[in-house]
Amino acid sequence: MNRYETVFIMTPVLSQEQAAETVGKFKKYLADNGAKVLFEENWGLKKLAYPIQKKSTGFYHLLEFEASGEIVGPFETELIRDERIMRFLTTRMDKHHIAFAQGKRNKAAAEA
Amino acid sequence: MSTNPNDVRYLNPIQIDTQRQKFCRFTKAGIKYIDYKNADFLLSLCNEQGKVLPRRLTGTSQKNQRKVAQAIKKARHLALLPYVADGLK
Repeated sequence: MNRYETVFIMTPVLSQEQAAETVGKFKKYLADNGAKVLFEENWGLKKLAYPIQKKSTGFYHLLEFEASGEIVGPFETELIRDERIMRFLTTRMDKHHIAFAQGKRNKAAAEA
Repeated sequence: MSTNPNDVRYLNPIQIDTQRQKFCRFTKAGIKYIDYKNADFLLSLCNEQGKVLPRRLTGTSQKNQRKVAQAIKKARHLALLPYVADGLK
């Protein structure tokens, strides 16, 4: 089992509910394929540094999950097939990355 | 004969600007992971055209420079940083 982190950008033409629904779809896909979603973060509507598909903004969302390597490929295929996703990036987290993410969450929890 | 060091100063090159010792900021702060999601920080390692600043300017160690370069490339893919820019700063 490895830990992965996926950031994806959804088109700004979606409403808040549609964006939430899209995120729900991918969370369900992961859950159905034996992955455990550990953390998610909604960055909201952000301005892009350069236009993608002629759009200058996008909804950013981050998913952190634990899964075996075999499901990452099909998961990315699923992301490509979805028209609402403009861009995504999946990274395997090494131990320093995991420690960093955990530390950031602990800090946020301590402030709240 | 005078032994005053002021009399022989022009025999040695004049020190106009003493160079400060460079150091790697990541090694010094004990940072093991460079986050690609923190665009504001990565911007400080780019020039105003959006290019990665060289090690000779930032003093970053070779090991950490590779991580910086990877982080910047990931941030560019996610449109957090521009691939090409003019007057970024």
